[in-house]
Amino acid sequence: MTSKNTPLLEIRGLCVSADDLEILKGVDFTVNTGEVHAIMGPNGSGKSTLVSVLAGKPEYTVTAGTVRYQGQNLLSLEPEMRARMGVFLAFQYPLELPGVRAWQFLKAAVDALRQHRGEEDMSARDFDRMLREKVKLVDIDPDLVKRAVNEGFSGGEKKRNEILQMAIMEPKLALLDETDSGLDIDALRIVSEGVNRLKNPANATVLVTHYQRILDYIAPDHVHVLLDGRIVQSGGPSLAMELEAKGYEWIREAVEASG
Amino acid sequence: MASSVTPPKSKAEPKVISRTSSDLDADYKWGFTIDIESEVIPKGLNEDVVRLISQKKGEPDWMLEWRLKAYRHWVKQDYREPTWANIQHPPIDYQDIIYYAAPGSKDDAPKSLDEVDPEILEAFDKLGIPLAERERLAGVAVDAVLDSVSVATTYQDMLEKAGIIFCPISEAIKNHPDLVKKYLGSVVPFADNFYAGLNSAVFSDGSFAYIPPGVRCPIELMTYFRINQADSGQFERTLIIADKGSYVSYLEGCTAPARKTNQLHAAVVELVALEDAEIKYSTLQNWFPGDKDGNGGVYNFVTKRGICKERNSKISWTQVETGSAITWKYPSVILKGDNSVGEFYSVALVNNFQQADTGTKMIHQGKNTKSTIVAKGISAGKGNATYRGLVKINSGAQGAKNFTQCDSLLIGDQCGAHTVPYIEVKNSSAQVEHEASTSKVSDDQLFYCQQRGISVEDAHYMIINGFCRDIFQELPFEFAMEAGQLLKVSLEGAVG
Ligand SMILES: Nc1ncnc2c1ncn2[C@@H]1O[C@H](COP(=O)(O)OP(=O)(O)O)[C@@H](O)[C@H]1O
Ligand SMILES: [Mg+2]
Repeated sequence: MTSKNTPLLEIRGLCVSADDLEILKGVDFTVNTGEVHAIMGPNGSGKSTLVSVLAGKPEYTVTAGTVRYQGQNLLSLEPEMRARMGVFLAFQYPLELPGVRAWQFLKAAVDALRQHRGEEDMSARDFDRMLREKVKLVDIDPDLVKRAVNEGFSGGEKKRNEILQMAIMEPKLALLDETDSGLDIDALRIVSEGVNRLKNPANATVLVTHYQRILDYIAPDHVHVLLDGRIVQSGGPSLAMELEAKGYEWIREAVEASG
Repeated sequence: MASSVTPPKSKAEPKVISRTSSDLDADYKWGFTIDIESEVIPKGLNEDVVRLISQKKGEPDWMLEWRLKAYRHWVKQDYREPTWANIQHPPIDYQDIIYYAAPGSKDDAPKSLDEVDPEILEAFDKLGIPLAERERLAGVAVDAVLDSVSVATTYQDMLEKAGIIFCPISEAIKNHPDLVKKYLGSVVPFADNFYAGLNSAVFSDGSFAYIPPGVRCPIELMTYFRINQADSGQFERTLIIADKGSYVSYLEGCTAPARKTNQLHAAVVELVALEDAEIKYSTLQNWFPGDKDGNGGVYNFVTKRGICKERNSKISWTQVETGSAITWKYPSVILKGDNSVGEFYSVALVNNFQQADTGTKMIHQGKNTKSTIVAKGISAGKGNATYRGLVKINSGAQGAKNFTQCDSLLIGDQCGAHTVPYIEVKNSSAQVEHEASTSKVSDDQLFYCQQRGISVEDAHYMIINGFCRDIFQELPFEFAMEAGQLLKVSLEGAVG
């Protein structure tokens, strides 16, 4: 059972591989409700792998370690069950679903969550009202939801569409995988505002990012550096600034020197 | 901001075909038999059988002569079926088929709905096609055909007022001989192909529709075909004529009981569109596909063709083919009138051991004629689907245009999809475009859906429905809902 002191997410010694390649080599990581964590690191360090494993992406094999979500063994659950329990992943590369209208996809998602809670499907009218509200909240072109999911969307539209989905699903644990990449400064501001508005004391956000830029908009409580499958350093917001100024090479050298 | 989010349409209850009932077979929900007395003639085919069918129908002499001519031509082919299609089946014994089966005993054909056997009304009810006055489908006039005869046609009075004739073809032969003589066989002559010849000789019933000049048919016309009798073939014949400036939307649905042996269905449909007229013809084909091991099922060998006979006419075929053990079917349009338009929108789904060789022919004869072909094939299990399409631009078809798109979606790795386009262009001003694609439902797409709480099974249906969207949106709304349901039922066990 979840008690006041149970962390929302608790990762211990997580090792993950794919295609016989060891990607994560013992990750420890704890997230409490109300917190914002930033995970930074160079390309290929395993950031996407980490959040994808939490979401249950099938191509990864967990070779060691545990992941508890609200005190429960997360790794034993099907991906859709994790989603229904409040784990949300904003994809680094959102998928196109040709011919599937975005609102239809969203309605299916909402109804899946409601069914999980033992509620009736949402009425078309209520859904429409809610959708309009959320569309405004993330400041997305209302016509996007009439189109097929991500089909022909620009990079920025795809990222905003992820945030719209997040706004609609109201997750407890939001994992944002490089949602900031490829956004111009206006889009970045809008996406960040969306994320900030969705933040509350009962949920938590894990921001995966390559750049410090987004952290000007979304203030993290904790910053972690992931390097070659390990979290090599954790700290406050100042760590991000330092990384920005000195680059990842600095941390790599620091780690090698101490290790 | 002025633009707004479209309210999603509320979930309408599918009414048309898939109403379930507790006593239906679990896999094929339409697989029950109707327990009624039937008048059945002995198995086999010869000239006397043709005469007998004609006599049972009380046909005039000219009709019998027409049948005999067709029969004599057919019999000369010595049972040589066409072999070019990508389908396999054991030889069909044409002497082992019942060519006429009529519900009810002799000579008491119902004159009105009140006289229809309640068992039959109940059976159609169960299929989702209520025929009784009080419960009949809103906005759809239904001609219900059971085995060899039409058992009831709804909304007759309303249609009559508009001058529209919608009746069993057996009645049209008696009551509207001029129209029938003029057009029957004018689009699909008996010598056209093996199955068309067979149909011309022994066709039993089917629908006839005539829309007079300038009339927009106020409701959808629908024929619901049902094979009930074991070992019987169904050879229906449909003829639709849209006179100058008229419009009609016609729907066709079909089911058969689940039986261990194969049943032959060899229909002929002819459409005639005169100047400025438009015919929209939609089919949901859900004949029994056979069981999971490939036993039984309907052989659906059908010839469907329309002619845009005069200027500015339009014929559009939309089909969702989920049933039948084997489908052999190429709904076609002859674009004779200048500026005429032909369309073919198709979803063909095969699962388990089903085979489908289907497509279309667009024959451009008139100037500035246009055709559009969008064919979607879904293969699952050990199913094998072939798209076969001909686009022919004759020398006189100045400015003709065709656009063809063929997409295949594969589910699993034991199924097959093939695309066989034939293009013949004899006029250099013509434009012909062909696009084709083959895709799979990807694991990443499925994971994306799952990450939004959607089950793998629902994700499959959603992606498959999305794949079919261009076609479904050509269907009348209720039929579109039904089509989605049919795909779901047909794919049970193949996904998830
Ligand atoms: N499914 C996979 N199969 C094989 N290798 C993978 C797979 N996913 C990631 N990798 C490899 O693991 C390493 C980390 O990848 P990733 O988690 O995407 O890093 P990041 O998101 O930090 O850029 C890379 O070397 C990448 O090529
Ligand atoms: Mg990444």
